[in-house]
Amino acid sequence: MTIALRTEGLSKQWGALKANSDITLSFPVGARHAIIGPNGAGKTTFINLLTGALAPSSGEILLGEERVTTLPPHQRVKRGMTRTFQVTTLFPGLSVLESVVMAVCEREGRGGIWWKTVARCREEADEAMAILAPLRLQDQANTLTRALPYGKQRLLEIALALASRPKILLLDEPAAGIPSGESTEVFEVIARLPADVTILFIEHDMDLVFRFAERITVLVGGRVLTEGTPAEVAADARVRQVYLGETAHD
Amino acid sequence: MTALRLPSDRWHLAEVGFWLTPVACFFLFPGYHVLGSQILIVGLFALSLDIIMGYTGIVSLGHAAFFGIGAYTAGLLAKHGWGEPFSGLLFAMLVSALFGFLTSFLVVRGQELVRLMVTLGIGLLVFEGANKAAFITGGVDGLIGVTMWKIFGVFRFDFRGYNGYLYTLGVVFAVFLLVRRIIHSPFGLRLRGVRESRARMPMIGASVRRIEVSVFTFSAGVAGIAGGLLAQTTQFVGLDTLSFARSAELLIILVFGGRGHLYGGLIGAAVYMLARDWLAGLNPTYWQFWLGLLLVLMVLVARGGIMDGLALIQRRLNRPAAA
Repeated sequence: MTIALRTEGLSKQWGALKANSDITLSFPVGARHAIIGPNGAGKTTFINLLTGALAPSSGEILLGEERVTTLPPHQRVKRGMTRTFQVTTLFPGLSVLESVVMAVCEREGRGGIWWKTVARCREEADEAMAILAPLRLQDQANTLTRALPYGKQRLLEIALALASRPKILLLDEPAAGIPSGESTEVFEVIARLPADVTILFIEHDMDLVFRFAERITVLVGGRVLTEGTPAEVAADARVRQVYLGETAHD
Repeated sequence: MTALRLPSDRWHLAEVGFWLTPVACFFLFPGYHVLGSQILIVGLFALSLDIIMGYTGIVSLGHAAFFGIGAYTAGLLAKHGWGEPFSGLLFAMLVSALFGFLTSFLVVRGQELVRLMVTLGIGLLVFEGANKAAFITGGVDGLIGVTMWKIFGVFRFDFRGYNGYLYTLGVVFAVFLLVRRIIHSPFGLRLRGVRESRARMPMIGASVRRIEVSVFTFSAGVAGIAGGLLAQTTQFVGLDTLSFARSAELLIILVFGGRGHLYGGLIGAAVYMLARDWLAGLNPTYWQFWLGLLLVLMVLVARGGIMDGLALIQRRLNRPAAA
């Protein structure tokens, strides 16, 4: 089993606040791994450490065999790891198509081209449309992102991440703010992604977690409480006590 | 499937009309060639600010530094024996771009307020530097003795500014074409990406810092060309080319014209400078009152400037036709 992503003793603290303490986890290629935990458990901090938005206080991050702990964020994306944001972080003044074409250009290293117009980048536009189609965003390709309904914006979050052709995809509450009926749709999109893409996701909705995750890590107070299959986690008395019991649906 | 709309540089009819205007003015207003050149030069300077401010979202209060450095470069070159205009401009652009590149690392560090202060500080430093280095720049007296060679070895920079106007128009149009192409390219798209979300850009694999350094350098180079044009056409460089007043005025012009539309700077420069010319003619000591009033009204009523106002009118006109 090849390891796609691994952390060793990853910690982040601000003064006395230990947001992440000594997190050692490994994720094999093709994992469907949920990270759960009550509010303030350090889930988003963990994602921010992985992507490089935050620098860890100590510990290491390895992509495959390569240590990426000190690499800037965009370099980690170039090595195959990207994320989506819990709080929608898109390009409001760009159209849906422009955003995805830009992401495709950046992945191909063609973002610096200045001598040719975007309209002449046919391959990139075709690929962008191929990314948008399964997300049912192709009809809104020319729509400004800020004019897009919220649910569609959540799908564009995923489309932008996919445009980087990630080997590892970190999804920070991909269905955040979407009515529970429609959130299944978001996860069905995720479930259809290629099997060799390693997916880590944070999710509060336990139904979705137990349906889509093959393994679950429970974070509490910045520490790993336990890790296992959905059945193991569900059976764990400590998890029931600290988490499932009090905030089954946040 | 509907047609995909992506930035292309197909010419709009209004754009053709826009560029025919300065050509027509050449024939219609023979007494105004000097003012016309100044408008084009300031318009190009405003375009250089639009590249960083309108498209990329980098504010600057010290852009005159690059304008002035370009002006002094072209002026000094001509004063000391190399008066060939085109190579002079090229050199002005390179020196300004180099200075822009070096200072960009200070600018890209902070957020908006930091950037305003850093660019302001750079502007003041360069101004005082040029003031102190009077043995090179002429200090407060300005740089005199700028002697230009003939354009293409044929056309003299004449006193009435005939050839100077055409030379300026040609250069401004050529640089505009380059900027226009760049804005519609993947590089232009990534500039707008930085403006729209600095947080998301790294997550599609783009280095915001590298983009900002490159665009700041480019913008400084364009400002340098504008400064070089002023030095060459007036055959004089004053310290005011580097002044804070010039940076502030530039900001006003761009806000007037509208940011992020390519044409805002040129239109803003034309409106601003014609209004100033007219108002100062009415009352030489009082014109800033009207300018101030206009500015306040503008920001209250039409924050997007003239370009946004025009776009709004166009949408209103198009609506019945589309329905």
